[in-house]
Amino acid sequence: MNISLTKSKYNLNNQYKAIVIGGSAGSFQVISKILQNLPEDFQVPIIMCLHRLKDVRNGFVEALNIKSAKLIEEPEDKEQIRKGKIYLAPANYHLGVELGNTFTISTEGMFNNSRPAIDITFMTAAYVFRNKLIGILLSGANKDGALGMKRIAEKGGLTIIQEPSECLIDTMPTSALKETAIDYTLTTDEILDFLNQLHYHYV
Amino acid sequence: MLQQEIEISELRLITDLIKQKYDYDFGNYAMSSFKRRVARVLELYKMEGVPTLLRRLDIDAKFFKEFLAEITVNVTEMFRDPTFWVELKTHIIPHIRQNNENFSIWHAGCSSGEEVYSMAIVLEEMGILDNVKIVATDIDHVILDKAREARYHIKNMEVNKKNYTTFGGLYNLENYYKEESGKAVMDQNLVRNVEFREQNLVTGSAFSKFDLILCRNVMIYFNQTLQNQVLRLFHESLHKYAYLAIGSKESLIWCELANKFIVVNNEEKIYKKIRD
Repeated sequence: MNISLTKSKYNLNNQYKAIVIGGSAGSFQVISKILQNLPEDFQVPIIMCLHRLKDVRNGFVEALNIKSAKLIEEPEDKEQIRKGKIYLAPANYHLGVELGNTFTISTEGMFNNSRPAIDITFMTAAYVFRNKLIGILLSGANKDGALGMKRIAEKGGLTIIQEPSECLIDTMPTSALKETAIDYTLTTDEILDFLNQLHYHYV
Repeated sequence: MLQQEIEISELRLITDLIKQKYDYDFGNYAMSSFKRRVARVLELYKMEGVPTLLRRLDIDAKFFKEFLAEITVNVTEMFRDPTFWVELKTHIIPHIRQNNENFSIWHAGCSSGEEVYSMAIVLEEMGILDNVKIVATDIDHVILDKAREARYHIKNMEVNKKNYTTFGGLYNLENYYKEESGKAVMDQNLVRNVEFREQNLVTGSAFSKFDLILCRNVMIYFNQTLQNQVLRLFHESLHKYAYLAIGSKESLIWCELANKFIVVNNEEKIYKKIRD
């Protein structure tokens, strides 16, 4: 790929400190494809909050790891967010970001019928990373993540949703669209392209 | 409940007032979850902002009790993480019993008591319930009353039953409760050796020595400073070679006293005190 030579349609820079990705029903294939095509030396930490079974603690991260180019980890409470890492919200906990760039987990009640809730991950990340955050919201059957996207936009971060017509269930991205202006509406392949272009700003 | 953005300076005003007026110290609670809890209170009581909350806290001691109940997180399950309870039953408790036939357990931050009853059921099924002294503590006396009464919503019992089955309990969970108007009323005989007492992990000091402390998913609401402090309290409250269990996604490795413990089971986050 020689994307760096073509003029980017995205206004990117190397100031981003983190990417948060939210997904629910219909997002697993998309996430898998993203992880599979990610450059091995991708720098920006990725924090994923995906709706998953509450009572199944093991298996999910392993399933994602089978095809992923990089190792995916479920962070522990107070763990430092590091460059080049990919994190997944653990089952039955909310995952948040705390000032000082550490993770924080919580067993509070469900938000939007979800624990982990995408809104919590996105909002806490927006609070800490401000305009240096990219939020990506994928296919899903409820409105979790919409308020989180709004908060990211308010703080000056970059917002991306999966092209609704491509989603298995488009409630999640369209809810975000109703809540806030979205910078880019992209297909899965375009998201891959976006991340690759972002990568070139960091190498 | 997530709509309101609250500033750190406002949280500081709240924690300062509570400390001064009621002698509870939330100053070292983890910021992001504490902020959400406060936002939740604002919404619950239809307050337009932190100044309203501050005025109310200042003049209304009864309201503070309600505030306390709302600010602490009381989401829990019986036999949460069934594999943890299997580990307790098959390894940890037998190890403790090798040295002491009679031993003691502290549930620190017991909330509405689900883990206390889980423990009692495990011990009962091992035939050793009367050999064990259990102390269950919480910061909030309202939730402690709930733990004592142990009348749980029947709809919550589905996940509890599922967990118990996964754990491999000897019977059906129904053996340990009876249904009364939509509530599962736990068999009080299970807690015959349990002492429920109000205790604040933040300001409290050691009151006894234990062979096992369970404090699962409690310290996640504290910042690192407070975690260090609470771990000192646990260290002081454990016999040498006694056990400490925390939540499966917590870790002691960032704590100052980490080197006084070894990991016994990293998956279930069970530690052993190895140095005084």
